[in-house]
Amino acid sequence: MIDEKFDAIVVGAGMSGNAAAYTLAKRGLKVLQLERGETAGSKNVQGAIMYAAMLEQIIPDFREDAPLERHIVEQRFWMMDDTSHTGMHYRSDDFNTDRPNRYTIIRAAFDKWFSRKVREAGATVLTETTVTELVYDIRGKVIGVKTDRRGGQVHADVVVLAEGVNGLLGTRAGFRQMPKPEMVALAVKEMHFLPQEVIESRFNLKGDEGCVVEAAGTFSRGMTGLAFLYTNKECVSVGLGCLVSDFARTMESPYELLESFKQHPSIRPLIAGSEVKEYAAHLIPEGGFKAIPQLYGDGWVVVGDAAQLNNAVHREGSNLAMTSGRLAAEAIFQVKSRKDPMIADNLKLYKKMLDDSFVVKDLKKYKDMPNLLHTNAQNFFLTYPQLVSKAAKTFVHVDGTPKIDKEKETSRSFIKARSRLGLIGDAVRLAMAWR
Amino acid sequence: MTETSQPNAPKPAAAGGSRAAMKKELPERFKSYKHVWVFIEIERGQVHPVSFELLGEGRKLADKLGAELAGVVLGAPGGVETAVAECFAYGADLAYVIADSILANYRNEPFARGLTNLVDTYKPEILLLGATNLGRDLAGSVATTLLTGLTADCTELDVDADASLAATRPTFGGSLLCTIYTLNYRPQMATVRPRVMAMPERQERPIGRVITHSLGLVEDDIVTKILGFLPDRDATKANLAYADIVVAGGLGLGAVENFQLVKGLARALGGDYGCSRPVVQKGWLPAERQIGQTGKTIRPKLYIAAGISGAIQHRVGVEGADLIVAINTDRNAPIFDFAHIGIVADAVRLLPALTEGVTRRFSPHTRDRLAG
Amino acid sequence: MHIVVCIKQVPDSAQIRVHPVTNTIMRQGVPTIINPYDLFAIEEALRLRDAHGGSVTLVSMGPPNAEDTLRKALAFGADRAVLLTDRYFAGSDTLATSFALASAIAKIGATYGAPDIVFTGKQTIDGDTAQVGPGIAKRLGLLQLTYVSRIASVDPEARLIEVERRAEGGIQQLRTQLPCLVTMLEGSNTIRRGTMADALKAARAQVVIWTAAEAGIEELTKCGLRGSPTVVKRVFAPGSRAEKARMIDPGTSARDTADALLDAIFAAQGALEADVAAAQASL
Ligand SMILES: Cc1cc2nc3c(=O)[nH]c(=O)nc-3n(C[C@H](O)[C@H](O)[C@H](O)COP(=O)(O)OP(=O)(O)OC[C@H]3O[C@@H](n4cnc5c(N)ncnc54)[C@H](O)[C@@H]3O)c2cc1C
Ligand SMILES: Cc1cc2nc3c(=O)[nH]c(=O)nc-3n(C[C@H](O)[C@H](O)[C@H](O)COP(=O)(O)OP(=O)(O)OC[C@H]3O[C@@H](n4cnc5c(N)ncnc54)[C@H](O)[C@@H]3O)c2cc1C
Ligand SMILES: Nc1ncnc2c1ncn2[C@@H]1O[C@H](COP(=O)(O)O)[C@@H](O)[C@H]1O
Repeated sequence: MIDEKFDAIVVGAGMSGNAAAYTLAKRGLKVLQLERGETAGSKNVQGAIMYAAMLEQIIPDFREDAPLERHIVEQRFWMMDDTSHTGMHYRSDDFNTDRPNRYTIIRAAFDKWFSRKVREAGATVLTETTVTELVYDIRGKVIGVKTDRRGGQVHADVVVLAEGVNGLLGTRAGFRQMPKPEMVALAVKEMHFLPQEVIESRFNLKGDEGCVVEAAGTFSRGMTGLAFLYTNKECVSVGLGCLVSDFARTMESPYELLESFKQHPSIRPLIAGSEVKEYAAHLIPEGGFKAIPQLYGDGWVVVGDAAQLNNAVHREGSNLAMTSGRLAAEAIFQVKSRKDPMIADNLKLYKKMLDDSFVVKDLKKYKDMPNLLHTNAQNFFLTYPQLVSKAAKTFVHVDGTPKIDKEKETSRSFIKARSRLGLIGDAVRLAMAWR
Repeated sequence: MTETSQPNAPKPAAAGGSRAAMKKELPERFKSYKHVWVFIEIERGQVHPVSFELLGEGRKLADKLGAELAGVVLGAPGGVETAVAECFAYGADLAYVIADSILANYRNEPFARGLTNLVDTYKPEILLLGATNLGRDLAGSVATTLLTGLTADCTELDVDADASLAATRPTFGGSLLCTIYTLNYRPQMATVRPRVMAMPERQERPIGRVITHSLGLVEDDIVTKILGFLPDRDATKANLAYADIVVAGGLGLGAVENFQLVKGLARALGGDYGCSRPVVQKGWLPAERQIGQTGKTIRPKLYIAAGISGAIQHRVGVEGADLIVAINTDRNAPIFDFAHIGIVADAVRLLPALTEGVTRRFSPHTRDRLAG
Repeated sequence: MHIVVCIKQVPDSAQIRVHPVTNTIMRQGVPTIINPYDLFAIEEALRLRDAHGGSVTLVSMGPPNAEDTLRKALAFGADRAVLLTDRYFAGSDTLATSFALASAIAKIGATYGAPDIVFTGKQTIDGDTAQVGPGIAKRLGLLQLTYVSRIASVDPEARLIEVERRAEGGIQQLRTQLPCLVTMLEGSNTIRRGTMADALKAARAQVVIWTAAEAGIEELTKCGLRGSPTVVKRVFAPGSRAEKARMIDPGTSARDTADALLDAIFAAQGALEADVAAAQASL
């Protein structure tokens, strides 16, 4: 056992853990951060888009040395059937500012940088050290952790669980349940390496500009899922994810799905000639507001993916992770400054701060979305993309058919597939869930 | 030698700049350095075959340079004579010899001293050694003492238009090759792994010019003492590199048991067996069975690769084989890009059938038929 | 005993890719690791320290981020780490590398006590030359023991070391005097996992960072590109064979397939038939 006692132990060096450890250390607390990976971020997976505003609140001048790939100037949303896509593109030169809003990053590099910042802020960071269990006092308050190293028990006033979506420690401790299969997506992702010039010409980019494609459609074979393609400096990340429950039901293999997505005529030319270097699979919590577990207790708080704080609709996770990590740290700091004990009654401040932030407000807004998409997957991810494609095709195809007949044909195809009531129902449900 | 100290800023980037373009301006004192030398490695009385392979390569370089080829023999009196005769049989024009009982077994101190002295006295332009444990131990010391360049593990040697040694070797984990020069220093030193170069024809030739030199050391000058030698029990260990037929298995065989099938076919063919690197990493076969860039280089007449994908690091170890046969379930496996004969099949099923086929083909009955 | 171990940060070459179209190295995101062969050297050094007392100093020459590698290695339980980093070292070949490291080891000796043993790995996975160890030994005038598979004994009082060294066809048993340089063979031991206390200590340790000047190097012409007699002239991808393999059609049974394959083999290499027949006869 280590004699030395810490103010806080942070478990995990992902986005949320680093945000928490950094903020705590900056506030002068004595912090020990434990990460099981070889380096911070060595195993972490993200698309990855990083949102500047939330990082700025933690490290205002991060742009000076953070490893950022490209800032995003163009967003494409695609609805796809097997041979086509119907898209909406938003591109703006306004994103070419000194302080762009979104960046693509490579987590392995980014997390390493973040971890260096954490260390420079004064925290003690141990990698290749897995926390195996929590340690309690006789009253049941968490007072430290045990690790897989010899002599590996360490004590602290409070433990920040930033252990990611699997959340084994929290689950084992009974702070939360294992997320249900319909509340987590399994995402797979590949890095396709291409020369910088090739990426820039294929996506019409210059300098550090980046482009993002997000897509839904028949490639998910009726499962609730999305695919993405993000441009990095010298590689393109391509991935997709569907609910675990859908994979279990359909017995589809995520890898095959990704393969066929990559073969799609709209995608293939974008990555042609590339070398695939990295294949990764990871879970994403998608249960939304209703899945958020207990966030604090005697001697502990939980942040980031481990607390299911992930906005599946907007594909945001890292920003919720960073913000929850930061707020947990702020709360701990306040409790500590008042010299109060780190018990549930005092740590509930964290939940209050989180409730007041965009994190919980956004998740609350979409609280019905996960269920809607999950129970109507067939319609939203198979039928509509097909109908939309067909409508678009009919619209642009010039063959002498009077336009009025074309419009009728299109509306007939929608009604035939979903019935008038069904269509209205879907629209209403979607609008309600979006509200 | 070739690698930079900065893995993230490797040399090729820098090589595009000033140094690669640097002109050769050989300092005056090096202008008298002439001729090609090959260090003849003797380990317990036996000349290592790599020395002959190097004599073959050295001959070509010497002819291109219009220079002489010399074998350098360091050993105990009575032990050096056959080695000297072999030098001439494999094409040397002359031999430099230091015969001293201190040199009966390899030790760094006296060998490094002896070889350095010879170089200082007789000034060769090129000095080649085998990239064996002995050769690498010696070459590193000698090159440092002489403050000259040494290129390790070359796969190709040549002289270019201005008579410089162009030494080509793998770089970046074997994914690329690079050509290295020692511009303004002499001798230009290089090591080459056994079997990378072809074995030249041996021709019975008379012993030619022999220049003997003395070591100038007594046993008391030497700090390191040899206490003993434990020969390897498994005598076949050293054979893999020199076997005429090699059967190898890769990760595609799936399980350690299936290497019995590899051994079985190798035995039936009278050959030896090997494997790819992951097989060693899994602990299925010992390291000395590994074939490839970080294992053994082989040049058999027949190489059968079963369940091996044919990664570049494996490929460089087998490319010298006369006939490469690949068995793989994936018709797009890279091994089919350099194999001569390929078959898309499950090796676990095909290997025993092959063993059985060989036995059938050469059973006494068939053999009689062949003879008749 | 004071033991110095030379370790190098290398790119995880298993993850280096050459771009199929442009033939350029795709270096992005390639993680760096401790040269795997050096782990055997570290473990052996720690064992000797545990048995005889004293301390273990790690030294590496490399870019500033090699500090992470050193800190990682400290977590195994070494006592201190020195990083030699300076733009003057860029582009070093083995001769220049051994000069820089030998100079740093001399300075380490002057600062923390003269080393009894200097360890290196057998070779690096990026340079792959096995020359730096012997180079350091020569420059420091140390006796060298390469490809050591086992350290049989060390007697710090008598200043003697006995080792087993891998040689062609067997193991050489050698005895020499301290101080000496040992290059460790792979598989000679297994690197330990540092305790929690080791890891904590490493996380907080200050890696000593020396520039060329701080390492006491005055002759900068012996460093980096200028101190390197070898020059890389050209980097290129290996060519491919003109034609692809001739594919044999599998037969209906494994037996037919095997026969078809054997026919093809002996048609291409007829001379082998006699050898194989002889081998069969001797079975
Ligand atoms: C394919 C994919 C694409 C995504 N794309 C985006 C995107 O574009 N934008 C976005 O904002 N979000 C995206 N996300 C979500 C985002 O990655 C996560 O929300 C974010 O990483 C959560 O951070 P975290 O710190 O909570 O967890 P993680 O980043 O998972 O970190 C948890 C850390 O804890 C460590 N750990 C776990 N258990 C232990 C233990 N017992 N002991 C020690 N250490 C432990 C882990 O090794 C890990 O380093 C994506 C996710 C995936 C899978
Ligand atoms: C620095 C460095 C040095 C290296 N040095 C070496 C070296 O010296 N030697 C070496 O070999 N490698 C070396 N490698 C590793 C090399 O890059 C490859 O990873 C390795 O050669 C792959 O081994 P493999 O072909 O056995 O396995 P895999 O690449 O996994 O291939 C297995 C193959 O078996 C096939 N297969 C599967 N099942 C069957 C079946 N039932 N029947 C037939 N075929 C089947 C598959 O289609 C596949 O092609 C080195 C790598 C690095 C980075
Ligand atoms: N830059 C370096 N820093 C520290 N040690 C090194 C460095 N380069 C080589 N070495 C040591 O020398 C050994 C042989 O390296 P090499 O000659 O490159 O194969 C390695 O195993 C290391 O122990």
